[in-house]
Amino acid sequence: MTVALALEQLLNGLQLGVMLFLMAAGLTLIFGVMGLINLAHGSLYMVGAFACAAVAAWTGSFWIGLIASLVAAAAAGAIVELVVIRRLYDRDHLDQVLATFALILMFSEGTRWLFGSFPLYLDIPPLLQGAVTLPGGTQYPVYRLAIIAAGAIVAIGLYMLISKTRLGMRIRAGESDREMIGALGVDIRTLYTVVFALGAALAGFAGAMVGALQSVQVGMGEPVLILAFVVIVIGGIGSIKGALLGALLVGVTDTMGRFLLPQIFAFFAPPAQAGMIGGAVASMLIYIVMAVILAVKPRGLFPAAHA
Amino acid sequence: MNRENLVNFILAVLLLAVPFAANMAGQPFYVTLATRVAILALAATGLNLALGLGGLVSFGHAAFFGIGGYVAGILATHSFSGEPLLFGLSGTNQMWVIWIVAVLLAGLLGLAIGAISLRTSGVYFIMITLAFAQMVYYFAVSWPAYGGEDGLSILVRNQFPGVMTMRPLGFFLICYVVLLVGIGLFALIRASRFGNALQAARQNEVRVATVGIQPYRIRLTGFAISAMMTGLAGALFADLNRFVSPSMLSWHMSGELIVLIVLGGTGRLFGPLAGAALYVAFEYALGGITERWQFFLGLILLVVVLFARGGLLGLLAGKARHG
Amino acid sequence: MKKLLAAATLTLSLSASGLAFAEPLKIGMITTLSGGGAGLGIDTRDGFMLAIKNSGNKDITVVTEDDAQKPELAVQIADKMIQSDQVDILTGIVWSNLLMAVAPSAVAQGKFYVSTNAAPAALAGANCNKLYFNAAYQNDNLHEAMGEYANKGYKKMFILAPNYPAGKDSLTGFKRYYKGELAAEVYTQVGQTDYAAEIAQMRASGADGIFVFLPGGMGIAFMKQFAQSGVKIPVMGPGFSFSQDVLPAIGDAALGAKASGQWAPDFDNEASKKFLADFQKEYNRLPSIYAVQAYDAAQLILSAAAKADVTDADAFRAELLKADIQSPRGNFKFNTNQHPIQDIYLTEVVKQDGVLTNKTVEKIFTDHKDAYAKDCKI
Repeated sequence: MTVALALEQLLNGLQLGVMLFLMAAGLTLIFGVMGLINLAHGSLYMVGAFACAAVAAWTGSFWIGLIASLVAAAAAGAIVELVVIRRLYDRDHLDQVLATFALILMFSEGTRWLFGSFPLYLDIPPLLQGAVTLPGGTQYPVYRLAIIAAGAIVAIGLYMLISKTRLGMRIRAGESDREMIGALGVDIRTLYTVVFALGAALAGFAGAMVGALQSVQVGMGEPVLILAFVVIVIGGIGSIKGALLGALLVGVTDTMGRFLLPQIFAFFAPPAQAGMIGGAVASMLIYIVMAVILAVKPRGLFPAAHA
Repeated sequence: MNRENLVNFILAVLLLAVPFAANMAGQPFYVTLATRVAILALAATGLNLALGLGGLVSFGHAAFFGIGGYVAGILATHSFSGEPLLFGLSGTNQMWVIWIVAVLLAGLLGLAIGAISLRTSGVYFIMITLAFAQMVYYFAVSWPAYGGEDGLSILVRNQFPGVMTMRPLGFFLICYVVLLVGIGLFALIRASRFGNALQAARQNEVRVATVGIQPYRIRLTGFAISAMMTGLAGALFADLNRFVSPSMLSWHMSGELIVLIVLGGTGRLFGPLAGAALYVAFEYALGGITERWQFFLGLILLVVVLFARGGLLGLLAGKARHG
Repeated sequence: MKKLLAAATLTLSLSASGLAFAEPLKIGMITTLSGGGAGLGIDTRDGFMLAIKNSGNKDITVVTEDDAQKPELAVQIADKMIQSDQVDILTGIVWSNLLMAVAPSAVAQGKFYVSTNAAPAALAGANCNKLYFNAAYQNDNLHEAMGEYANKGYKKMFILAPNYPAGKDSLTGFKRYYKGELAAEVYTQVGQTDYAAEIAQMRASGADGIFVFLPGGMGIAFMKQFAQSGVKIPVMGPGFSFSQDVLPAIGDAALGAKASGQWAPDFDNEASKKFLADFQKEYNRLPSIYAVQAYDAAQLILSAAAKADVTDADAFRAELLKADIQSPRGNFKFNTNQHPIQDIYLTEVVKQDGVLTNKTVEKIFTDHKDAYAKDCKI
């Protein structure tokens, strides 16, 4: 194992973490402001990817597709909020889990209805194709670097939005005292719809970015959704800072685990077996990390004000 | 007899009558369907102990369901092949032995998961139980000894003294009796001092603590018992399908178990049975009508959660008593 | 949309004819028609129905149901088909884990099972069964062919598969024939969609060839990421990794990839040309290898049904074993364990008229048999 390889893997972990952050940010924002647990967040991710793929195929431009993914996911989010989610704010988490579980079934089958059963084609735009040579001589895909950059921009953008704008002020107010901002005359229903659509747009953006790198198919949101939940639970539900750190921790742990564990087990077992056992433990690793963190800090690393 | 008891009684009789009628009509498949209802109802009754009485929304009960299934599968495989299991112990194809092992192991796993998970609450509890179930799921998928993702086939159903288990009706009767015992146990626990403490801890934790009861211990005990019952159902489920695989451990399974309870009516004695019957009927009927059945299943669920909060029993038997 | 409608009407007309009673032969098709893996099931169903339709045989009914890729549901449907619909033959399952849940108990109840795809080692060797036929291959075959191919010109291979039984069978099959050195043997998580860590290892490994078995979405993700990584090592895999169901989604990143297969759309025999033309006419898309396998499974059943009554299991089995069909694959015989003996070819992904497809390069194996037949005592 060389230093260059280890560095490349670290970068891979970082990039996975950034991808997870894009998902987790919306999820944790929605929970922070509305106290809602949204299992259908992965479906909005899928909506973004499908919208991007369909529009990119139609127009021939990934970038128009990317914009379409934001619009489609935000629109889907707003509609879902108006029709369904709105009725769930006063319910307990059980009802929220169930209703959004039902939404997953509908979104998945509905998408298949519209787009058919085969995965869609979505490729990386020409501008971001290929690999660059990093200091130290390793080659690294441009697109993955672009994802890291996009994640950083989103993180900064969210920070600015929440700390500097009027909307952000209302969001913060909503997080600390829900009744109060209603009493102060802020239209809380509109605020909730806007926040939900914002979270959905973030998920859709992540879906489009990742869809170009992976595959655009029905059910693509579910594995990411569970990882995103792990992230926000580790970080402390409702905390954007927690989501960012949680995402990076999960990304790096998962990547390094998959890379290092088989090699560690190779000291004790023949290579084929070490690969299997190492792979098995690696796939459980982030859940183990999560259990340990929650055992020590039951409300995550950065507990939000309520929750 | 109040209205809810009457509805419960009718449900229990119906579940018994349908398979006999189907069997006589030469439609043994409906016996299998009824068996599925009984087993899922038992699993959900187990979960209902934690969720309905204790207010513990476990999103990881598939772990216990799957453990029960794997106990049945692994013991049966070893009995079939004659290879010793652990410490020279051999496998078995006797259901009652399998049940005891399944209940014990599920209970132990429940204690372990509960001990850590119950330190958290609310959404954190939902998510940490999910995480533990995912851990068990990935372990089962990647552990090669017992089939991994492919799962384990049990060629012949396990034995029960005096019953022809391969006959659909015989196996149904076993499951039906076990379900009734499970529901009876649920009723006993709900009425017991322990059950009262468990429900009180859900309603007002502080008050329970001030009268000198530790909510943590009460909940942990409740969680473990809940795991045991779901584990037992898992063992039966493996025997029903003559097959066990990691999909019994998947998070979709955990979600389905919650769905059953809410469909039937949360916290009610016969809620899980009503929910399981409804769910299996939907799945079967919709699957026959359209390829898009999952879409309509989702739609129905959504409507129930949004507009019919008491579930099926709420509709049939009126409001739940506050207990 | 149009093809979906066509498929839907076909299913409707099928379920309608399923209502008729006292038909001589009833086939139960359990396959994946919803969820992420639905593409494979739809190709299976369409290929199968094409052969039934072409035969014009009105005495055969097919009941089709969706297993949603869930083993428990597959078992339930199988129970229903056996107990209520009283089918004579079951077929259609795509995935090995679902097959293991259904087939052993179906044959134990005296029903035929003719597999259109899944072919786990467990049913090819000591646990083979008189009533279980496989019309596709044995799971290891295509991997073995790539191992044989890699012997020519590759000295240090990096091999990778998902960490589940079919993945382990895959790498075992590859190693059975590959004689060179292994740079690494890596198992990834089932359903994994990010392969950055593995690609980094490939880059550092000094391998001169890469063998991957990653069906469905996993393969799409891997190939796209590999193309972006700047790693220039040639990639090869079994046919599933570059089958027609995933090629359009991978796009040009798949160009030049070598794979093994029992069939490719450019096969130069009458049966293949007819199949290709009929399939495209009926469904307006290129068939995948799953469609061919299902087509042959239906042809096999039809050929046996023409000469024997399914209620006479021994006679029906004897007719099936003769494999008296014109397979698009060319040579097709059954081995003693009722798995195919067939030729396996090397294919390469090319672009023809703007469509990505597999082109045949050379024959790797002639009359290839699987490694488990010797353990099968029928």
